[in-house]
Amino acid sequence: MSEVSILGAGVMGLTIATELAARGLKPRLIDPAGKPGAHACSWRAGGMLAPWCEAESAEPVVVRLGIDAADWWQRNGAEVTHRGTLVLAPSRDRVDLDRFARMTKEHRLVSGEDISALEPELQGRFQRGLFFERESHLNPRAALQTLRDRLAERGIGIETEGTPSGLTVDARGLSAKDELSDLRGVRGEMLVLRCPEVTLTRTVRMLHPRIPLYIVPRGEGIYMIGATMLETGGKYRVTARSAVEMLSAAYTLHPGFAEAEILELGADARPAFPDNLPRLRRRGNTLYANGLYRHGYLLSPAVARMAADYITNGTRPEFMDEDHT
Amino acid sequence: MPVFYGTEVESPLMLGTALYPSPAIMAEAFRASRAGIATVSLRREGGAGQDFHALIKGLNIPVLPNTAGCHSVREAVTTAQMARELFGTPWIKLEVIRDDDTLCPDVIALVEAARILAEDGFQVFPYCTEDLSVCGRLLDAGCEVLMPWGAPIGSGRGLNNPYGLRSVRAHFPEVALVVDAGIGLPSHAAQAMELGYDAVLLNTAVAKAGDPVAMARAMALAIEAGQLAHAANPIEARDMAAPSTPLFGMAVLG
Repeated sequence: MSEVSILGAGVMGLTIATELAARGLKPRLIDPAGKPGAHACSWRAGGMLAPWCEAESAEPVVVRLGIDAADWWQRNGAEVTHRGTLVLAPSRDRVDLDRFARMTKEHRLVSGEDISALEPELQGRFQRGLFFERESHLNPRAALQTLRDRLAERGIGIETEGTPSGLTVDARGLSAKDELSDLRGVRGEMLVLRCPEVTLTRTVRMLHPRIPLYIVPRGEGIYMIGATMLETGGKYRVTARSAVEMLSAAYTLHPGFAEAEILELGADARPAFPDNLPRLRRRGNTLYANGLYRHGYLLSPAVARMAADYITNGTRPEFMDEDHT
Repeated sequence: MPVFYGTEVESPLMLGTALYPSPAIMAEAFRASRAGIATVSLRREGGAGQDFHALIKGLNIPVLPNTAGCHSVREAVTTAQMARELFGTPWIKLEVIRDDDTLCPDVIALVEAARILAEDGFQVFPYCTEDLSVCGRLLDAGCEVLMPWGAPIGSGRGLNNPYGLRSVRAHFPEVALVVDAGIGLPSHAAQAMELGYDAVLLNTAVAKAGDPVAMARAMALAIEAGQLAHAANPIEARDMAAPSTPLFGMAVLG
């Protein structure tokens, strides 16, 4: 395979470029918006590498493909925090915790005492939880920048204009909806807080019948809170209702969050196919890589590997969907 | 099969479209359930979810939009009007919620919203309590269907007040009645049908089951069983045993 052009420098495009570069190729990377930023929905991701927790609502294949994600990111220069995930529920929503435990593996039940040993600031606040020790998280924006920098070191820069040549890998996320009619946007809203008064060292998921949310520490007192899941593509602003829900979840976790500064409120739409699983799709001289849904950082390494194997060896990927149109 | 505002639907199961792991699984659950009606929430999905609405239209069964999440008469009326435009149906499942923790219907606002909507040509399916006077007021307001709760939405507790639900059935023998909300297990759905209800509306019990498709099928079977049982005129429970084999005339073997 001589020439490959990748459209889109979000998490999908950058991971594919990285995998191709590792196989000795020098793909072109084209994104009119330039370097990774707020135009990509991966910019607003949580960055949880939590395959076992995801099994609560995702199919088993998500767990299988996501298990190696943390290693992949680490190998490719991202700083990955291996501190596990703590899943908590207010005592009245205890059945939600039981259900979560039933639907997932690789966790252990933790008592109030265990919880305060793991996160001392949560002492006395929760009596029961689940601890997923093998899970990790990363800072998505730093991770994307690291991939970009490493690609740049290999002479693969992001072109902001120019037409693709050779095989085109379309990794434009939801923008590819103009060509992939079964792609839909699943809206997510997030916020970033600065709250040095509260120290949490790992991802905490709060279960709630209406608003299950997570808080990911970004270090230096900064926390990302996300994310709503709404079946609508548009309206790229956070609604007051979602903001209130996310803030009250944070406050329920720790009252110290009431004093937090709100650094950012963001909303975007995740690209998803009807089964919420990713796909590679070949149409003429274009290979579409899309549908990462809420699993951008968890599944992009596996999808990128499949794409790169397909491009370099013709290996038929697990999630291949030929279109004969 | 149940008739709502003159339209006969193909199954007494009304299934919600929220909370499934994916739209693909939702579609499969609908096929397994052979549900007669799909309910869809408008408010939280916002006006922009055309893709999701297209998926729901693709189920090819009648759609009953709802006003879930509305807390006032005005909100509910506006949401109903949006729903009519979006789905092209006069049907509206009217929900006006008083309290977010119990999702208890605000029956006062409900009656008022039902009146406004019925006057405006809507065919209203009110989500109500099993209170007889509320049910009567809703009929006065123009409703021809009543949908009393089994238990709070999503609680999966089954029929909290079978006596009350039975009273509603007995008081309004000609009205189409649906148990809406609170169903957790197929046995709950069967029980509602055994009480003589025309249909059962549920969502969480299927969508949040470990295997939504299998649960959808289980609900369909239970609803069919309950419906058959009601039509078969079941026996009354009694305190004393009643031998199923006549003792008189039995051969004496010892």
